[in-house]
Amino acid sequence: MLIAIGSLALMGLALGAVLGTAARYLAVEGNAIEAELKDMLPGSQCGQCGYVGCAQAAAALAKGEAAPTLCPPGGKAVAEALAAKLGVKVDLSAVADNGPQLALVAEEICIGCCRCLKACPTDAIVGAAKQIHNVIREACTGCAACVDRCPTAAMSLVPVPVSLQHWVWPKPAPA
Amino acid sequence: MGFFERIFREPRWGVHPDNHKRPAADAPLRVLPPPARLYLPLHQHVGGAARPVVLVGQKVLKGQLLAEAQGNISAPIHAPVSGTVAAIGEVTAPHPSGLGFAAISIDSDGEGRWIETEPALDPFALAPEEIARRTAAAGVVGLGGATFPAAVKFALGKRLAVSTLIVNGGECEPYLSSDDRIMRDHADQVVDGARIVMHAIGAREALVGIEDNKPEAIAAMQKAAAAYPEVKIRPVPARYPMGSDKQLIQTLTGKEVPADARAAEVGVLVHNVSTCAAVHQAIRLGRPLVERIVTINGGAVARPGNIFAPLGTLADELLAFCGLKETPARLILGGPMMGTPLLHGKVPLVKGASGILAFDAREAAVPKAGPCIRCGSCTQACPMGLLPLEMAARIRAGDLDGAVDFALSDCIACGCCAYVCPSHIPLVQYFSHAKGELAARERARLRTEAAKRLAEARLARLARESREKAAAAARRKAERDAAKAKAAARAEGAPA
Repeated sequence: MLIAIGSLALMGLALGAVLGTAARYLAVEGNAIEAELKDMLPGSQCGQCGYVGCAQAAAALAKGEAAPTLCPPGGKAVAEALAAKLGVKVDLSAVADNGPQLALVAEEICIGCCRCLKACPTDAIVGAAKQIHNVIREACTGCAACVDRCPTAAMSLVPVPVSLQHWVWPKPAPA
Repeated sequence: MGFFERIFREPRWGVHPDNHKRPAADAPLRVLPPPARLYLPLHQHVGGAARPVVLVGQKVLKGQLLAEAQGNISAPIHAPVSGTVAAIGEVTAPHPSGLGFAAISIDSDGEGRWIETEPALDPFALAPEEIARRTAAAGVVGLGGATFPAAVKFALGKRLAVSTLIVNGGECEPYLSSDDRIMRDHADQVVDGARIVMHAIGAREALVGIEDNKPEAIAAMQKAAAAYPEVKIRPVPARYPMGSDKQLIQTLTGKEVPADARAAEVGVLVHNVSTCAAVHQAIRLGRPLVERIVTINGGAVARPGNIFAPLGTLADELLAFCGLKETPARLILGGPMMGTPLLHGKVPLVKGASGILAFDAREAAVPKAGPCIRCGSCTQACPMGLLPLEMAARIRAGDLDGAVDFALSDCIACGCCAYVCPSHIPLVQYFSHAKGELAARERARLRTEAAKRLAEARLARLARESREKAAAAARRKAERDAAKAKAAARAEGAPA
C-alpha cells in the first residue's frame, strides 16, 4: 500500500518536474497559429478584408474576431482551409468565388496616369506617365486593388483564360 | 502454351476486352497520298513546345526543320512534305477540351523532295552521346502514346546504367494494330533500332514483349532477330493493360517498379517498337520523324486498316481515305480504353497518335451510371492494386486529399475499373478530374508563393526608396546649410 502510494507520488513528481522544465525550455514564442494562418492567406497585402495586411488579418482570425470567409481573393479554397485549421464550421455558400481572375487594361481608355501601378501589391502593372499600362499575367493575383484607383475605369477583372495545360476534366454528374 | 501454364502465367490483374483488332490488322499497309495542306502542332510531345524557325511564305523541303526544341525536355518538328509555309496559328488540339494550340500549316507542292540528310554511318562506331544527339535532332519521341522525347530517356538509361532494354510490342488496346503492322512489315527495322538503342544506353540484352494474340508479328520478329542472340522475342499473355510499362516490366523480368520511381531505377528502360523503328530511320538514314503508321478502325469505317500517313494530316482526311459507312457517333484518338475523345475530325495527326477510331452508335453507347454496390470488381481488375471504389467515393464527396491517401497518384488511368464496373460508374473520369484539380491546386500554391515574394520585394523596395529619399533630402539640407553658412561668413567678412 505504502509502496504503491510512494511510487505513484514519485512518478507524479518526476513527470511534473519534466513537464515543468519542458514548458520553460520548449516554450513557443509568439502565436504559432497566427503564423500558420498567415501562410494560408494569399499574402498580397491587398487590404480587401479591412485589415492592413495579411499578418493583421491572421491575428484577427486567431483571436476569433474575423470570420474565415474574410479573404475575397482567396475564394472558397482559402475559406475552407482556414475553417479547417480553426476547427470552425463555415457557410461557404455566401463566399463569392469567381475563380481565378486577372486584371486587364482597356488600352483605348487608359490615360497613363500611373495610379494603378502604385497601388499594385505585387508590382504586376508596368507603365510610365502618359504611356498605356499593361498587366504582367504571371504576377497578377487578381486582388482588384487597381480597379478602384483607375480614374477612367480602364481596369477590370477578367477570368483567367482556360488553356490546354490548365484544363481539368469536369467532375462526373452524380448518378 | 499449355492449359496449366496459361493458368499460372495469366496475370491476376487487368481485363480481357474483345480486341476487335482484325480484320484491320490483317489488311495490308496503305500509303496516304500527302494531302494539300498539313498542320504541324508545335507541342506534340511531353515538355516544352517547339519554337518555329521558318517564316510564312518560306519554301521548305521534306524533313526540313520547322521548329526547334526549346528547353531540356522538348523535341523539334520537321516538315513531312515539300512545299510552302502557309500560316503559323491556332488549330484544334487532339484534346477532350477542343481548345486550340499553335501549329505551322504547310501547303504541299506534291513533289515530296527530301532535304539533304545527315550521312549514314555505322551506328555501332558512333559514341552513345552522338546517337542521342541525332535521335533528339530527328524529333523522335515515344510513339506508344506517352510522347516522351526518346533521347532524354537514352541519357537517363545511360546515367542509371540500365542493363535491359524492354521493347514494348504489347499493344494491348483493343482496335489498334499499328505496332502489330510495323512488326509484321518492318521487323528488321524494329530489331535494328532496338540494337541501336541498346548501344546508346549500354544495355546488354533486349527483351521484346509481344502479346500472344499477334502470332504473325511474333514470327516476323523471331525471324528478324534470329541473327542477334541479345535480342530476345518474348511472347506475353494477351491481357489489358500489358502494354503499360510497369505491367510489361513485371511480366518480363519479375521486377516491380516502386511507386514514384522510374523504370530505369530497377535497371530497365522501355521503348515502343515504333519508336525503335523511328530510331533506325533517324540513325541509319538520317531521316527525322515525319510520318507514322496509324490505325483507322471502328464500326463506322468502311475499309478499316493501317495507313502510313504524314504527320499533320487531318483526322477527317484519314477517315475519308478509308471511307465512312455512316456519320461516326464518336471519334477517338488512340485506343478505346485510354484514348482522347475528339469533338470533331478537324484535328491533325500528331506523333503520339497510334490510331483514330470512328465508332458507330452501338459502339459509342454509354450505359447510365448507377450507384456503387461495393462489389469490389474494380479492385480485382486494377493492375496497380488500388481501391478505385474508395478513391471515387472520396472524390465524389470532394475529399481529394482522402483520395490521395488511397494512392491516387499511382493510378495509370488504364480504365480497367470503369470497364468491369457493373454500375457503369465513370471511375476514370473521377480520377482524371481529381488529378487535374490537384495539379491546379499545386499551381495555385506556387502562384501564391510567388505573389508573396513579389509583395515582400515591393515592400523592401518602398522602404529602400523612402530611405534613399530621406538621405537625399538630408544631403540637400546639409548642402543648403553649408551654402548659407558660407554666404553668412562672406557677408560678415565683406564689411570688415
